[in-house]
Amino acid sequence: MKLPIYLDYSATTPVDPRVAEKMIPYLCEHFGNPASRSHSFGWVADAAVEEAREQVAALVNADPKEIVWTSGATESNNLAIKGAANFYAATKGKHIITVKTEHKAVLDTVREMERQGFEATYLDVKEDGLLDLEVFKAAIRPDTVLASVMFVNNEVGVIQPIAELGEICREKGVIFHVDAAQATGKVEIDLSKLKVDLMSFSAHKTYGPKGIGALYVRRKPRVRLEAQMHGGGHERGFRSGTLATHQIVGMGEAFRLAKEEMAEENLRVGKLRDKLLKGLQDIEATYVNGDLTQRVAHNLNISFAYVEGESMIMAIKDLAVSSGSACTSASLEPSYVLRALGRDDELAHSSIRFSIGRFTTEEEIDFAIDLLHKKVGKLRDLSPLWDMYKEGIDLSTVQWAAH
Amino acid sequence: MFQPIYLDHNATTPIDPAVLAAMLPWLQGQYGNPSSRHEYGREARRAIDQARQQVAAAVNAHPTEIVFTSGGSESNNLFLKGAAAVRKPGLLAVSAVEHPCVLKPAAQLQRQGWQVRQIAVDGGGRIDAGDYADVLLGKPALLSVMTANNETGVVQDVRVLADAARSSGGWFHTDAVQALGKLPVDFRQLNVAGVHAMTLSAHKAGGPKGAAALVLDKRVELQPLIAGGGHERGLRSGTENVPAIVGFGAAAELAAQRVAELPVRMRMLQAKLENGLNALGARIFAADVLRLPNTTYFAFADIDGETLVGKLDRAGFAVASGAACSSANPEPSHVLKAMGVAPEIARGAVRVSLGAGNTAVEIDQFINALRVTVGRLQGLTALAV
Repeated sequence: MKLPIYLDYSATTPVDPRVAEKMIPYLCEHFGNPASRSHSFGWVADAAVEEAREQVAALVNADPKEIVWTSGATESNNLAIKGAANFYAATKGKHIITVKTEHKAVLDTVREMERQGFEATYLDVKEDGLLDLEVFKAAIRPDTVLASVMFVNNEVGVIQPIAELGEICREKGVIFHVDAAQATGKVEIDLSKLKVDLMSFSAHKTYGPKGIGALYVRRKPRVRLEAQMHGGGHERGFRSGTLATHQIVGMGEAFRLAKEEMAEENLRVGKLRDKLLKGLQDIEATYVNGDLTQRVAHNLNISFAYVEGESMIMAIKDLAVSSGSACTSASLEPSYVLRALGRDDELAHSSIRFSIGRFTTEEEIDFAIDLLHKKVGKLRDLSPLWDMYKEGIDLSTVQWAAH
Repeated sequence: MFQPIYLDHNATTPIDPAVLAAMLPWLQGQYGNPSSRHEYGREARRAIDQARQQVAAAVNAHPTEIVFTSGGSESNNLFLKGAAAVRKPGLLAVSAVEHPCVLKPAAQLQRQGWQVRQIAVDGGGRIDAGDYADVLLGKPALLSVMTANNETGVVQDVRVLADAARSSGGWFHTDAVQALGKLPVDFRQLNVAGVHAMTLSAHKAGGPKGAAALVLDKRVELQPLIAGGGHERGLRSGTENVPAIVGFGAAAELAAQRVAELPVRMRMLQAKLENGLNALGARIFAADVLRLPNTTYFAFADIDGETLVGKLDRAGFAVASGAACSSANPEPSHVLKAMGVAPEIARGAVRVSLGAGNTAVEIDQFINALRVTVGRLQGLTALAV
């Protein structure tokens, strides 16, 4: 067993060896620029790009013409939100709706739109992390141009009611964007049924390579965008720049595998997650964050009360886990997602995200359970707060003296 | 398998085996997200840091001046739009021979209230001194002049141009994607002369597609093009493309090591090629001007460029009839138009761009194939008359 054990598949996944194998020829003999129209190096690369486009489209039941390659989900989110909001501002209005638990790639982009004169509503979620449809409906105004709601939350793994939200948006004429970076290969996505106008994808969360993503742009009814990167007019003008063939091929293969293996994989991963949950639940004073049913199979987010977050991270160094989302864990701010679920700062700090994946073994889960039992016990033995809790003192009523 | 001879290195280059070897561990076994705090993440962060140092060292910049992006197009868009967003709309001057990923963002900025002025070039494709002086009188807030042109290979004297623009108080950017590995590139020297930002791309210099950089003077403030998470000192958000960035680092280091020797060899092959072309009666664009050692852009009278490259492809030679990015575009090259080349001649343009792997034997083979092909096509033209 290799230590530390990787339980951070929501931050990034290994490239599946089958994906890497498909990519390598495009780093070697098939190195052509897909935009080269005058020789076979270009045609071979272009054919590979188009095959991958079909594979990505197939996973989400879309038309390949609706898939625009980008450098990743962050770029897709920027392109979708800025591109659509700017394009439709004059006709629809300048109000955007999003949710407090979105990824920074959405929140920072919406903040940027606010600086440019748009208004934004950041919706609260319920304690289980899910969006209330009535709250969403009530937030829609006549000038609402766009709503952006993530499919699956990166920290707590809850699945938002995208089908219902799509119906509401379509009825009200609001452009609906969904960040699905955490959803591919985890949740069935059928864009022929979902009333979603724009959807962001990432390869490296689904066993593909980093540096490649896509944006789904609906053709019927047609959604238009203002491009964010201008140049040679690649991707039908939506996104200029030389296409990174090997990365695109990798995303195609990764999504093909996801489609083929998803049902079986989610069962296997779900069993491991449930085992982990069961193994950790008999530790006293632990709290699962986020709804357990409307949730992807591979995510478990637990708060360990009366354990100091940083000490916890140090104590479980043999587990590669996340104590917040990967993108914000450089700072020591409590997770804004857990805050939005109503967790206080202390509990947010002492929470751990476990995300299980394709290469996780039962042995690794057993190791993790055992380690956490030992370390949480040890940390609590050192904690005066834990003693007080055990003595039955309600800590929220304690008046702390300043030193 | 039959592999044609590749003579289109300005479109993209094969990945150097040493670069591939550096990248492969990051596609096979190592995979952390550089933002993760555990060992997998820290190992990825160290790899990014090392690549940043390699790229910086290759172009004599400081590692903190390197902003990684997904490609040269993104770097150019980031500079132009990012700078325009923090400055009051004013005059934006770009050379008339820039790549579309400079010209199109400029056109976009024009719609947002910027005054866009194209700087004329002379018949040799060099910035026209008189027109440039005239542009500078307008005190441009932003300037962009490429170091070397992708079609003609013409090299601009960016240092002198930037120095002349100093008094305008504007920010000067140069797209140097075609220069890396073919010319010495020294950002510090350029920066001292008044260049504020420079675009580099990995896949034009033996590295992978999907990684590039904007080298940026830290006194220059830009608004990011892509928000969300604050990666790259807030200038470019999104999970770093670790394998490609590692490959970029390795490629940049190799390019810098080889820049004393490789261009000399390329220059010899180029001379051989151009002797052959002259003997066949080709017109070489910017023939007497300082060009990249690997780029030759030429035309034969009355022979369509598209037709010629098609025939050459069937003969086993991969060349381009224009810039790769606009190859779908049947319009004659905007670069040649700016140089005053008549459209009927420009339509014949064919670009040969050599790489580290090409040999003298391949040049001989190419010239022979060209002689046969041109002979046939001219025969057809003669019959048609």
